Amino acid sequence: MQLKRLAADVVIIGAGVVGTGIARELARYDLRVVLVEKRADVAFGTTKANTALVHAGYDAEPGTWKARLNVRGNALYPKVCGELGVSHKNTGSLVVALSEEQAAHLHELKERGETNGVPGLEVIPRERVLAIEPGVNAEVVAALWAPTGGITSPWELAIAYAENAVANGVELLLSSPVTGIDMRGGRVVSVRCPGVVIDTRFVVNAAGIWADDIERMVGRDDFEITPRRGEYYLFDKRVGHLVSRPLFPVPSQSTKGIVVAPTVDGNLIAGPNALLVGDKGDLATTAAGLAEVIEGARRLVPGLPVRESITNFAGLRAVAVPAGDFVIGVSPGVPNFVNAAGIQSPGLTAAPAIAEAVRDILADAGLELVEKPDFNPVRERPMRFSELGRDEQSALIEGNPLWGHIICRCETVTEAEIVEALHRPVPCTTLDGVKFRTRAGAGRCQGGFCGPRVVDIIHRELGIDPEQVTKKGGRSYILSGPSKDPIQRQATCCCSAETGGADEHKIEMRECEEVGGHAHGRV
Amino acid sequence: MRTVECDVAVVGAGPAGLAAAARAKQCGAGRVILMDRDRELGGILNQCIHNGFGLQLLSQELTGPEYAEHFINEARDAGVETLLDTMVLEVTQGRRIVAVNRTEGLMQIDAKAVILAMGARERSRGGVIIPGMRPAGVFTAGAAQRFVNMEGYMPGKRVVVLGSGDIGLIMARRLTWEGARVEAVLEILPFPSGLTRNIVQCLNDQGIPLYLSHTVVDIHGEERVEGVTVAQVDANLRPIPGTEWDIECDTLLLSVGLIPENELTRDVGGELDPVTGGPVVTDEMETSTPGIFACGNVVHIHDLVDNVTREAWTAGEGAARLVAGQQPGGRTVRTRAGEGVRYVAPQILHVDNLASRDVRLFMRAMRPAERVQVEAVVGGEVVFSKFERVVRPAEMVVLTIPRGKVSPGRVSLDSASPDHASGGAQPELVVRITPRDCDTAAERGMKA
Repeated sequence: MQLKRLAADVVIIGAGVVGTGIARELARYDLRVVLVEKRADVAFGTTKANTALVHAGYDAEPGTWKARLNVRGNALYPKVCGELGVSHKNTGSLVVALSEEQAAHLHELKERGETNGVPGLEVIPRERVLAIEPGVNAEVVAALWAPTGGITSPWELAIAYAENAVANGVELLLSSPVTGIDMRGGRVVSVRCPGVVIDTRFVVNAAGIWADDIERMVGRDDFEITPRRGEYYLFDKRVGHLVSRPLFPVPSQSTKGIVVAPTVDGNLIAGPNALLVGDKGDLATTAAGLAEVIEGARRLVPGLPVRESITNFAGLRAVAVPAGDFVIGVSPGVPNFVNAAGIQSPGLTAAPAIAEAVRDILADAGLELVEKPDFNPVRERPMRFSELGRDEQSALIEGNPLWGHIICRCETVTEAEIVEALHRPVPCTTLDGVKFRTRAGAGRCQGGFCGPRVVDIIHRELGIDPEQVTKKGGRSYILSGPSKDPIQRQATCCCSAETGGADEHKIEMRECEEVGGHAHGRV
Repeated sequence: MRTVECDVAVVGAGPAGLAAAARAKQCGAGRVILMDRDRELGGILNQCIHNGFGLQLLSQELTGPEYAEHFINEARDAGVETLLDTMVLEVTQGRRIVAVNRTEGLMQIDAKAVILAMGARERSRGGVIIPGMRPAGVFTAGAAQRFVNMEGYMPGKRVVVLGSGDIGLIMARRLTWEGARVEAVLEILPFPSGLTRNIVQCLNDQGIPLYLSHTVVDIHGEERVEGVTVAQVDANLRPIPGTEWDIECDTLLLSVGLIPENELTRDVGGELDPVTGGPVVTDEMETSTPGIFACGNVVHIHDLVDNVTREAWTAGEGAARLVAGQQPGGRTVRTRAGEGVRYVAPQILHVDNLASRDVRLFMRAMRPAERVQVEAVVGGEVVFSKFERVVRPAEMVVLTIPRGKVSPGRVSLDSASPDHASGGAQPELVVRITPRDCDTAAERGMKA
């Protein structure tokens, strides 16, 4: 096969929220940046399966990357989300103490947060908690109020980062797993993907749960990623009003515990639990795990109705051992290979700050940063029919009738939005890709009604055969082939003559005739 | 925004909406507008290409599209106006509808009566909480049915069906006929959820095994389904450890129940029945919001389309009466599901109607039973009853109370059941299903 050869200043491996954030940061400068992603779309790894929280930053040990980048990232969120048209709500958050013992711990958290530079932390009494969150467990004793806590949409952010990066000259290669990294004289010289070799001066490893595998490609073994699975429940918008801001239990050693939080789309999310798994593909939910999530969630919000669950899923946290902290910096001994690895919680919050940190590390390692005069930091939020007023909706339909055609009834998504999503700077080709961009299929029926229609639109707009359309790339085909099989139809005809009732036979015969007259003779 | 006025606006043009619209028009309503989000009339009937529709009502065995055609013709002949590819975004208490389509854009429809006939949606994987991976190849049975029957594509080649609901059974047969191998149908309950005739024709006749008291406990496969783990369940429907086994398959179809599509109903407000998931309705099929009617699967999940049509006729008549200013007034009786009954609809009966016409009650049995008496009880007294050789939760029980059986005098405030919590002021009509052999209806009546 003819290898395509590209030249880059920086290759970023991994298009989750970390990799796309770094790509967009580097897009400000006069650099050739290539972002490679093994999956069919951006945000298809840990980014699509987490709690979607913007943490205030009181959890992490002072002095760690986590502590620093959380607080910095949190401060960057309003600007980043504003520029990129990404949903972000500064709801504040509460750590809910259900006993005096737990309440004592709130003060420790508050002190730690203050050391980390978290503004506005306050331990508030039971009455105030119940006043702002009436659905919380009535046994609440006190809570830590963190006014800078909030919620966002992780995939919206990663998609927006990627689109803005591409709009500013970054090249994005999807479905491009890194198969090898070439070294010369202790430095990386090129990155190989199927069908392409990218000669590069620097590599950034933002490969999430596969970051250790990527680092091994440059002969290093500084850390291991041990995936820690977290399971979630997502609840119908109908019960979205049960809580108004993220509610945390008092944390344990290993995790912040099972959270109940609103989502920016108006649903309610509960999770995650925490279980080390050996397999990086193990995204299975389990009966025990889901039960644990519900139990934990109901300790915070006893009225949470399981029957309003619309889906469950699991995500894998990329926990780096032995570090425990984010692994950010030049890989020892490979001066042009920079890790942005082990990005578990609060990685989503930290992402904008990680981008800055990696930029600075690259600069220290010798990358010249010359600002591009034409960098455009703005990415318009795609218009959503459901977010518009009636007059705006009317005007849109007048310009393009597809705005008047609702495809996803649960989330009120129009055909115009889906068509637009299929033709944006970062193209999507999958059902999940459409879902993450438009919310078609993300509602209470989970694509039961709109799935077939979205497949049809993907087929029409992109020229992909319906049988080739996938849920999420790879071999995740939706359909197995055409349904009308003449041979089978004849066989059915014989079968039903023997076993079926008279009327049924009649109908089958009619179908046979449509296929071919000789079928009759065989009966 | 264009504004349209009409007497009756019907939301949803499936079997319920079609029959309700036609009947309203036939009963004298002026302008009747029937709206549907899909590109053709008939709703889900269009993808139900199997036969068995209309046996009761039309004395014919029709396919879904044929049954639809009959009522499409009736609606057309009656002069019902239709709006297709039109999504209703909003219904207000004041009977103002906001709808949208490609050609008209947003439009406002002011109606004297609104009939909600949006049908149901299928319960999805998240609704039944099946653990495991999340690969492609997990479909609700109806979505698969659309792919096969409307779009011409197969969802897979080796199939396991979870749930013995009718759509799942029909699809097990359809996929077999289309050349797929259906490995098993699993039902978590100890009895089937679908009609007996479907168990016989769709499973037994095709040689597809049905495992009662079984469920899926794990789904395998990262990209596409590669198999499922199934297990037997105990009396509390919990999987029994040690009974698991794996079935290789590329597709899992879910036929695990329908949920009345009541988002618009909720927006309007008004009382919902916690058991049916639909609005509380009167014997005119009027919801607790005056002028807003409902019928079909929006109210409660039916098994036979014939019953949907009957209920829709009642709604159409009720809407026409409202438009004509001839609604029954006066006192009402609340129905209540008693012994052996999971729910009963309608939930509110007009005393005037009970006196002047036959009133049909739909109910679901709590559990399968043989040789039972289905009874309507007012003030401890059986006012009407009928014998049923067998009742099953899967098959709707219909009890039509002949006119005059419940006279206005009988339904006095004194007859309010003492255990009726809501103030105790409203009289009750309790329906119950009792074994006939140990305690006959007549005896019960005497004793009371």
